[in-house]
Amino acid sequence: MNEVSQQARRGPSQRNVEIGVALVTGLLGAVTMIGSWQVGIGWGVEGPRAGFFPFYVGLIIAGCSLVNVVKAASETPVGDLFADYGQLGSVMSVMIPTAIYVAVIPYTGIYAASIVLIAVFMKWLGRYGIALTLAISIGVPVSIFLMFEKWFLVSLPKGPIEDLLGL
Amino acid sequence: MEDVVNLFHGFAVVLQPFNLAVMVLGIVLGVIIGVLPGLGGANGIAILLPLTFSMSPTSAIIMLSCIYWGALFGGAITSVLFNIPGEPWSVATTFDGHPMAQQGRAGEALTAAFTSSFVGALFAVIVITLVAPLVALFALKFGPAEKFSVFFLAFCSFIGMGKEPPFKTLVSMMIGFALAAVGLDSVTGQLRLTFGFTDFLNGFDFLIAVIGLFGIGEILLTMEEGLAFKGKAVAINPRVVWQTWLELPRYWMTSLRSCLIGCWMGISPAGATPASFMSYGIAKRISKRGFNFGKGEIEGVVAPETAAHAAGTAALLPMLSLGVPGSPTAAVLLGGLLIWGLQPGPLLFVEQKDFVWGLIASMYIGNLVGLIIVLTMVPLFAAILRIPFSVIAPVILVICAIGAYTVHNSTFDVVMMLVFGIVGYVMKKCDYPLAPMVLAIVLGDKAEEAFRQSLLASQGHLAVFWSNGLVGSIMALGLISLFWPLIQGAWSRMRARPAS
Amino acid sequence: MSHALKAALLGAAVLSVSPVSAALAAWEPTRTVEIIVPAGPGGGADQMARVVQGIVTKHNLMKQAMVVINKAGAAGGEGFLDVKGSNANPHKLVITLSNLFTTPLATGIPFNWKDLTPVAMMALDEFVLWVNADKPYKSVKDYITAIKAKGPGEFKMGGTGSKQEDQIITVAIEKAANVKLTYIPFRGGGEVAVQLVGGHVDSTVNNPIEAVAQWRAGKVRPLCVFDGKPLPYTDKVTADMAWSDIPTCKSQGLDMEYVMLRGFFMPAGVTKDQVAFYVDLLQKVRETPEWKDLMKTGAFNQTFMIGDEYAKWVAAEEARHRDLMTAAGFLAGK
Repeated sequence: MNEVSQQARRGPSQRNVEIGVALVTGLLGAVTMIGSWQVGIGWGVEGPRAGFFPFYVGLIIAGCSLVNVVKAASETPVGDLFADYGQLGSVMSVMIPTAIYVAVIPYTGIYAASIVLIAVFMKWLGRYGIALTLAISIGVPVSIFLMFEKWFLVSLPKGPIEDLLGL
Repeated sequence: MEDVVNLFHGFAVVLQPFNLAVMVLGIVLGVIIGVLPGLGGANGIAILLPLTFSMSPTSAIIMLSCIYWGALFGGAITSVLFNIPGEPWSVATTFDGHPMAQQGRAGEALTAAFTSSFVGALFAVIVITLVAPLVALFALKFGPAEKFSVFFLAFCSFIGMGKEPPFKTLVSMMIGFALAAVGLDSVTGQLRLTFGFTDFLNGFDFLIAVIGLFGIGEILLTMEEGLAFKGKAVAINPRVVWQTWLELPRYWMTSLRSCLIGCWMGISPAGATPASFMSYGIAKRISKRGFNFGKGEIEGVVAPETAAHAAGTAALLPMLSLGVPGSPTAAVLLGGLLIWGLQPGPLLFVEQKDFVWGLIASMYIGNLVGLIIVLTMVPLFAAILRIPFSVIAPVILVICAIGAYTVHNSTFDVVMMLVFGIVGYVMKKCDYPLAPMVLAIVLGDKAEEAFRQSLLASQGHLAVFWSNGLVGSIMALGLISLFWPLIQGAWSRMRARPAS
Repeated sequence: MSHALKAALLGAAVLSVSPVSAALAAWEPTRTVEIIVPAGPGGGADQMARVVQGIVTKHNLMKQAMVVINKAGAAGGEGFLDVKGSNANPHKLVITLSNLFTTPLATGIPFNWKDLTPVAMMALDEFVLWVNADKPYKSVKDYITAIKAKGPGEFKMGGTGSKQEDQIITVAIEKAANVKLTYIPFRGGGEVAVQLVGGHVDSTVNNPIEAVAQWRAGKVRPLCVFDGKPLPYTDKVTADMAWSDIPTCKSQGLDMEYVMLRGFFMPAGVTKDQVAFYVDLLQKVRETPEWKDLMKTGAFNQTFMIGDEYAKWVAAEEARHRDLMTAAGFLAGK
């Protein structure tokens, strides 16, 4: 973080992100309380009911989140950045391909998606040559296939390509 | 004395060439299973169980227990190198093991982890050899109330240890409890917190949470810091094993303490996970260098690894002598025993001497062989970190996705893994500690279940947690360790006063 | 490859003597066959599935491999929903226990056994009333007297899971003997047996296989079996008793019966040929010595049913469970 000089850095402030996170956890606490309420939060004759513990867990989450909102608003130094846009850009360059990867697995199966993911990373972020990229991006999923499906008999999601190949 | 004769007979059985070959094969398979997060020890053994049906029961159990040792050793590898614990009890190993790897000390961390596992397991096997019958009686004392007190102690010795803001620690831990509560309430048989989504029926599995929070979160953080593992340039030193060994005897006290914690947790049977967390928490409080825990302290690897493996090994004892599995892996082994026509239970030690002592002998030798195998590979494992990030990162992502998928064979879990990854990244940036959340996910529902079982048994009287010496003293220990910082502060003030 | 081929030919040869052979030649698995276990590893259903897997692998009864997958979430609901969602997939079997009925009724998850295709009932699992051997009660009568003497709710019954078979039996005992017990749910049968040995609960209704080791070691004592007639296994298990020496609960004045289904189902929408293949496979499994050993150790009731007879039995069982659970107040709220 220190390599970048203070003037050049722009990005979301730590303060806003902290407040945002605390609000989200507070919401989570509220949802937990509602869910617990639905199954009963009382203390029956035979000890606590199904919602008893989760309800108070939700209450503590909500309460502490409130404290965290106040603390974030009052105590976080104003100049602090969560991360600058350049850093967030690099994070996104992993997050977005991974999100797409995760989203397409149910349709293409895990093997085809993995080949593309590894190839994209190597070509785009690593700037490797075609030969090496192809070798690794195909080699890794194939060895995973052999290891899981053939050796350990664990079935992983497959798509139309595997069906076509009769695997 | 008869036992010693039996044990030597067991050694003779194990040292037959076929059994030795089976042993090496088992350990190598186990290491592979441990490294791939999709194949935990329990899964791996379940999958390989049919392979062993054609062997004699003794060879079969040697192979399976060696897979188990191998998986235990293998679990430490991903924890140290990639911050991905493959099993719940490897979580505490990441706290200091991964920072060490980032500082270029992966070889040291791995050597410490492997050696500690060996020491812990060896200690537990010696306990099994010497006091097996007594120990079985001790395990019978653990009813629901005693079990709850153990979980309580695990939480108490672990929380309040971080430098993170207390309210953030509390939020993190409570979210862990809330996630652990999702799904079926095992005491009333009701569904809760599912809001009608069938994907939530299974609850949130620990493995998906840690793969996301630790593994994916780590990759995102690494990206932010500029696309490189820091330890990349470090030369591979083949003598790292010896150098680390010279350093390890310094931590004999930590090792001994962790061995005792581990054996106790394994036998009771609370399991290896509370053992590793408890041992880490206590080591951190007692150690002179406790302030540096979490930043790459070798003692922070020794403590949880020793305890986890002492517990994992000791857990086999209640399985053999009582028929209660102390861990999921032990549960699958139990199924195997039944298929071979062996009935685990109090009579196994009397009726199947060959088998039992063969197994115990294989624990000694299997562990030693396992240690030698993994130690020779330390430089190789450490070299994995030299692979450029843009190659290793997508491969890790793929393996994480497979790991998340295989937990319930559900692609929804893969999505949850990514969500946890983003949560992990943001939480880490905002100074929320992740460890309490993971601890709560792993132990939360078990602790709640034991608490409510106790109350059912006592018809709602909380006094059940002080009803006998055993449960009372564990609860007291828990309270002491919870307020340890206060007690310590008061103590040092009292000592300071007469001086001034 | 040739080995597998030989096994297949051998299989075909065996089939030709059975009446369904014509249909069988028509279909065989082309992929790895999964057995879904709607319970955790180590339980009764899991053990049975793994034994079947072991037998099929060891005796080469099928060309393709067979794997066992545990889907224990939501009291097995996870496993059932998975099979329900695999419409017409002929490479999936599910082994059931009573949670086939109890889980949908108790949790309200959208599932019914009619979403599945029945394949075969492999056996019925028995339930036995066990007490700690150190306790003075030697008969059901002593036991009931002791419960009454102690007062309502003071006597603790341990069992597996909540609102499942063990608790249903407990409620039935309460009704039959007009007493009140406190039921404490645990995760698995082995744990329940140990809680009984450790004296943390007063009695259990473990399946024979879950408690036999403790019985042989003299730690627990069987009082009666919840079946219509005594068990058929006459080999001595302890020094002086065999499974057949345990009286039925009915004969001891506890008027009730309960047995649990251990059977296989497939997803809906599979063809007749496909079901016939698995029926035949399971029949062959039943002929092996390993299976017979399991039946003997676990003192199973070896009733075997397929087709309409099986479906009818399941339907009747479902109605019975609905009645039992309604009476006990175990149905899902909404």
